[in-house]
Amino acid sequence: MSTKKVTGFKYFLWILPFMVLVFLFSYFPLHGWIYAFYDYKPPRPLSKCEFVGLHWFEMLFSNETQVSQLIQVMKNTFAMSILGIATSILPLFFAIFLNEIKNKKFRTFVQTFTTLPNFISWVLVFSVAFALFSSGGMVNYVLMNLGILKEPVKFLDSDSYTYLKMVLWSMWKGLGWGSIIYLSSIAGIDQELYEAASIDGAGRFQKMRYITIPELMPTFFVMLMMAVSNFLNNGMDQYYVFQNSFNKEHIQVLDLYVYNIGMTGSSYSLATAISMLKSVISVALLTVCNLVSKGVRGETII
Amino acid sequence: MSKKKSKDGSLGAIYRSSTGDKIFSVINYTLFGIFTLICIYPFYYMIINTISANDLSAAGKVILLPKGIHFENYKALLSLNGLGTAVIVSIAKTVIGTATTVMATAFLGYMFTQERMWKRKFWYRYVVIIMYFNAGLIPMFITMKTLGLTNTFWVYIIPGIVQPFNIILVKTYIESLPRSLQEAAEIDGAGVFRRFWQITLPVCTPILATVAIFSAVGQWNSYQDTLIYITDQKLYSLQYLLYTYINQASSLAAMVRNSGMQGMNAATLATQQTSTSIQMTVSVIVVLPILCIYPLFQRFFVKGIMIGSVKG
Repeated sequence: MSTKKVTGFKYFLWILPFMVLVFLFSYFPLHGWIYAFYDYKPPRPLSKCEFVGLHWFEMLFSNETQVSQLIQVMKNTFAMSILGIATSILPLFFAIFLNEIKNKKFRTFVQTFTTLPNFISWVLVFSVAFALFSSGGMVNYVLMNLGILKEPVKFLDSDSYTYLKMVLWSMWKGLGWGSIIYLSSIAGIDQELYEAASIDGAGRFQKMRYITIPELMPTFFVMLMMAVSNFLNNGMDQYYVFQNSFNKEHIQVLDLYVYNIGMTGSSYSLATAISMLKSVISVALLTVCNLVSKGVRGETII
Repeated sequence: MSKKKSKDGSLGAIYRSSTGDKIFSVINYTLFGIFTLICIYPFYYMIINTISANDLSAAGKVILLPKGIHFENYKALLSLNGLGTAVIVSIAKTVIGTATTVMATAFLGYMFTQERMWKRKFWYRYVVIIMYFNAGLIPMFITMKTLGLTNTFWVYIIPGIVQPFNIILVKTYIESLPRSLQEAAEIDGAGVFRRFWQITLPVCTPILATVAIFSAVGQWNSYQDTLIYITDQKLYSLQYLLYTYINQASSLAAMVRNSGMQGMNAATLATQQTSTSIQMTVSVIVVLPILCIYPLFQRFFVKGIMIGSVKG
């Protein structure tokens, strides 16, 4: 008995260094939340900074400029997330229709090259955007040559249709990749279902509607729940690179806003307060999604 | 017999709705063809522009085929300040970051299958749960500063060593393997390490390859770590350097537009032109490794995603 316990403890000692890493980079940073209750001015140590209690949280909801800024940021966050969720059905249809293509070579070709953009960084996507859509870029040149435009359109340095543009870029990057999970689900559907349907005289679309789509719904549901639980976490990768002084008003999502006021504007405490609220809401959303998933499918997502 | 019959049945169905089917197929092929072109073309565009005459390329005139082929742009990169170091930093962080995280993932994934471990379930949850919360940008920054990691190369490596999602993947994979080998080795008196090295590790190659590929692509592509934790130019990653180049180009272009001059003079045109060509050439350098290894890892990621959908 006791030797077994000793071995068990030895095993633990081997993983201990990694547990320390987990502590240092995931649990320990949580202590930084106390900065939200101070007026932290970076060069000074925290002990010499003023304790302000809930000042920053109150300011978020009472200071007029702050409130209007936050409302705009929340609008952007919601818009991007809702558009993201609305378009999350597209990979499913992409997979279904790609599966209808009988020429295997063409199908592999499409799958290979539509997945490629997922593996390049957002900096590179921006580089692509800049090469093609800046005022001196290819698209403007072609449109002007065809006589459709008289002056170059500022695709990047303007604030028109910012949400739409962002969604289109993320679709360009992610549509093919997003469809892979559905393609592999389709491959796993029992072929006898289709054969039986064919005997019953079902056409292509009927098979799609009554077999493929229902079979893919569980996967779609999991993806949807994950998207909803990440509602506030748009990340800043995409928006940071596309951000400029023209489109700042509509491109600033919550994560980017925290970066901008925290790292650029150096209001560490306010930024911490906002990200703290965000974390709490995110965990709440995740819990709700988990409960919904448990209720609907009898299976949790985490 | 029955199979043949069903085939006839489906043929019959196709025959009945042949016109509708043909129209559908044509539209389907066309749309997929167009979308695929949209996905490929930008890469092609950048590549042909880096080898074309810079003045034509800056005006957006190089569209289908390279014009006035030359390789000066690539030669010019050699004299570009900071690019060499950035390439080394990016390669180093990709190689070292991937190696460390793959080894740690394999080891932890294996150890978490050892039922004898003290408080195994607790420690497993302790690792998995970190996927679902995040201290936030500023607390992370302060932590890195406290630990003395800001402006060091190790900030790229150490925080990313333990990846809970990958650990779940590997653990699930090991648990799906037959246990008999493990048990036999244990009876033979093989210690926990020997069992890991000689038995588990070799059979885990497919899943570890998947983990390695995703970590490598992630490391190569990340720029946020540089943006947040690094101010020392010697430690810039290639991605971040590219971002600064594009930004300089865009501010230059903005300056030219805002100057209000109708005819841009030759000097500004020349500056703008070099920044465009530099930006595109660096982009090609940045994307090249991805393009080169892409065919290799393509077969892995479907597998990876399938295993990933199995819950840990």
